[in-house]
Amino acid sequence: MSKKVHVQTTINGESVDFLCEPRNSLLEVLRDDLDLTGAKEGCNNGNCGACNVIMDGRLVNSCCVLGVEADGCEITTIEGIGSAANLHPLQQKFLEHAALQCGICTPGFIVSAKALLDENPNPSEDEVRYWLAGNLCRCTGYDKIVRAVLDARNGA
Amino acid sequence: MSQNGHKVIGTRPIRHDGVDKVTGRAIYGADIQLTGLLHGAIKRSPHPHARIKNIDTSRAEAHPGVRAVVTAHDLPQIADKLADLGEAIVNLRDASNNVLAYGKVLYKGHAVAGVAAINLHVAQEAVELIDVEYEVLPHVTGVLEAMEDGAPILHEDMKTTSMGEETDKVSNVANHFQHKMGEPDDGFAEADVVIEREFTTQTVHQGYIETHNATAHWNEEGQLTIWTSTQGAFSVRDQMAEILQMPVSKVKIVPLEIGGGFGGKISVYLDPVAALLSRMTGHPVKMTMPRDEVFEGTGPTPGSYLKVKMGATSDGRLTAATAYMAYEAGAYPGSPVGAGAGCIFTPYDIPNVQIDGYDVCVNKPKTNAYRAPGATNAAYATETVVDEISEKLGVDPLEFRVKNGAKEGTRRADGPVHPRIGCIETTEAALNSEHYRSSLAKSGNGKVRGRGVASGYWFNFNGGRSAISVSINPDGTINMLEGSTDIGGTRASIAMQLAETIGLEATDIKPYVVDTDSIGYTDVTGGSRTTFGTGYAAHATGQALIREMKERASKLWDVPADAIDFEDGVFSYRDDAEKRGSFKELASQAGDAGGPVVAQVSTNPDGSGGGAFATHVVDVEVDRETGKVDILRYTAVQDAGTAIHPSYVEGQMQGGVVQGIGWGLNEEYIYNDAGSMTNASFLDYRMPTTLDLPMIETIIVEVPNESHPYGVRGVGEVPIVPPPAALANAIYDATGVRLRDLPMSPPRVQKALAENGG
Repeated sequence: MSKKVHVQTTINGESVDFLCEPRNSLLEVLRDDLDLTGAKEGCNNGNCGACNVIMDGRLVNSCCVLGVEADGCEITTIEGIGSAANLHPLQQKFLEHAALQCGICTPGFIVSAKALLDENPNPSEDEVRYWLAGNLCRCTGYDKIVRAVLDARNGA
Repeated sequence: MSQNGHKVIGTRPIRHDGVDKVTGRAIYGADIQLTGLLHGAIKRSPHPHARIKNIDTSRAEAHPGVRAVVTAHDLPQIADKLADLGEAIVNLRDASNNVLAYGKVLYKGHAVAGVAAINLHVAQEAVELIDVEYEVLPHVTGVLEAMEDGAPILHEDMKTTSMGEETDKVSNVANHFQHKMGEPDDGFAEADVVIEREFTTQTVHQGYIETHNATAHWNEEGQLTIWTSTQGAFSVRDQMAEILQMPVSKVKIVPLEIGGGFGGKISVYLDPVAALLSRMTGHPVKMTMPRDEVFEGTGPTPGSYLKVKMGATSDGRLTAATAYMAYEAGAYPGSPVGAGAGCIFTPYDIPNVQIDGYDVCVNKPKTNAYRAPGATNAAYATETVVDEISEKLGVDPLEFRVKNGAKEGTRRADGPVHPRIGCIETTEAALNSEHYRSSLAKSGNGKVRGRGVASGYWFNFNGGRSAISVSINPDGTINMLEGSTDIGGTRASIAMQLAETIGLEATDIKPYVVDTDSIGYTDVTGGSRTTFGTGYAAHATGQALIREMKERASKLWDVPADAIDFEDGVFSYRDDAEKRGSFKELASQAGDAGGPVVAQVSTNPDGSGGGAFATHVVDVEVDRETGKVDILRYTAVQDAGTAIHPSYVEGQMQGGVVQGIGWGLNEEYIYNDAGSMTNASFLDYRMPTTLDLPMIETIIVEVPNESHPYGVRGVGEVPIVPPPAALANAIYDATGVRLRDLPMSPPRVQKALAENGG
């Protein structure tokens, strides 16, 4: 085991310090050390998007980022996007459209879709499908997910 | 109000567990944290077939941070015993040997040892320090090769059972069975068109996004608790009790949220290993399975070889059909060939049928259930042969299906006679759909377009055991405890049936999935049984609550209970209009008249789960240069009996379709000559993404299931059955070339077009 490194970040608007081994991924740190288990591990190699978070405005697979790389960064996880009392429009639309079945991929999809709408508030269906192709869902066939995101657009 | 006079059924309320799931707060199996938690990892075989000569764990045990190492020698070696796990019958000795290999490894990825350490990385380091000495044996991964005389034998003590009798022959064929009805030879003699074709399909995985996990704590008193993601907590309890040879009363399973199963999360893999490691260390041990190990070490659904022959008269009547079905069981007997044989010709009324099924062991992971297990392989063969016959006869393929469709009273080749079913109604709805009536525009880009159709059948299991426990709160809401784990919205579909029965809103019911010590035995969430079977229990619970509330009203109003009516959610005394109250009004007073109102109900309905039929229509565009097939439009039609929550019925249909599209166009385990899967990642095992698909249109047909109080049929499984055949028929329509090998991936399509001048 190697020596732990002190990392300073801002997560969901709050200043957060943690210690991690250089080999720990950001996903491991979030889940195992910071109790932010909304990011899920589906593949641990950047193919399923279930662990997606927004890091300094960019959508990343947190399994492919080292914890130490997060030093000085601002991170938004699913826990920072909305709460039961204050749902983000995407979360509300996912509920209304029944855009989840088992729900394991849902946090990753909502984080990805938020990053899309932050960059392009009025995407076409093709743009939504292109952007979300990095997130795998095995239950829904994506139909209701794409509809939910389209319905959450500005002015939709 | 919804249709059929229902108030709740047929509406689309927001699911009860939805907010937790969209905000990342829901706790799935891998999310649990416990004090003193250790982390486990598995050592797996690099060989597809080898004898284990020796396992030396000393270097791993000496590694700093390692707390325990376990091998099959720590598991009780149990005798052959068959157990019903819900979607499959398994031999528990095989199940134990599949958890940790004993004597031999039978596939690459077969678990041979487990480690517990202070963190996952240390456990993974220790796995590399376990020294296993193997005597490598010849291997066989193809079903036909495995059936040949002289093939490498997986189980030296396994004799083929043929037509119900054990023979003296040692081979990889575990079982050969036959269903026969009428005289196929006579039927073919009457036919004017006879088509016989061969088909192959490859191993595919369920591909749930959540990998397997288990966290076990074996406490000082010998009580074992396991937190896990499973389709059936009681099935896990039974397996643990058998594999570890301990009483069920010593095992408690806590089902956490489950991230997809599709049949693949019924068998245990990590749970017994985590339990042993916890017993050895005195600490809770958590194990999560890496994705590559999910592909290589859990149960996919089988590759298969099928030969199907069908005959019809010139006026379009099917006269006879035969099928030879050889399915890979994987390392241990138990492929879904039996289920496939029960489905293969079932959408049709054919007087003369013979089906021969073979269950064949190969050096691949032990196969497991995957959404209508066995039926998709079967339909790929039948539905493309039916397409060819329709073409030869010059009739519309859906009109041919309507004319020959199974109906109430039609006998299946495997014995049972259909109750009321919606086979013909579903096909007619597809025939009359806007999609099928529309014309397909030509491609403007040099590619070619075509349309295909296919049908499919799945049994839906006959109810099974379900328990529900409820307590009424003074505000008239109801806490509803159930044993059915919720994979895709069944908290909602079950709560809605209780709400309908007692005249409440869906939101008045608070459903909870609870552990095995807190509810009566409940069978797995599988076989499309949950909304049917546990919904049946919810209806019965509602009836019990109505009876109890009448008793309470009788005491409160001082009138006879049998003079109290319940209608439209209101209790009333027949002889005095003043004495009346809604369920909620009575709930606030009922506790004063006999204590808190509770009810516990368990059911195991005798009636049919209601067979499920589906017919799909697909338009494709084929790029002759690359062999790539794009889906332009897809419509799925299905009989749901009664759609309790239509959004989640549509969701099951859409999800099943897309899994079927993946199976049809892309997904396969690719093996090299060394018997090793070469694409064990989501990058290389390419499941469909948003970019590969259009919207999936759905048409729900409702032919009520007479065995359920609200007419429910299971809906989850049948939508995966038609897609590969529908796609093959569409590709033929586009190119003039028939593809009879799955997946119809770009290289295969390109090769077929080149060879056939399509």
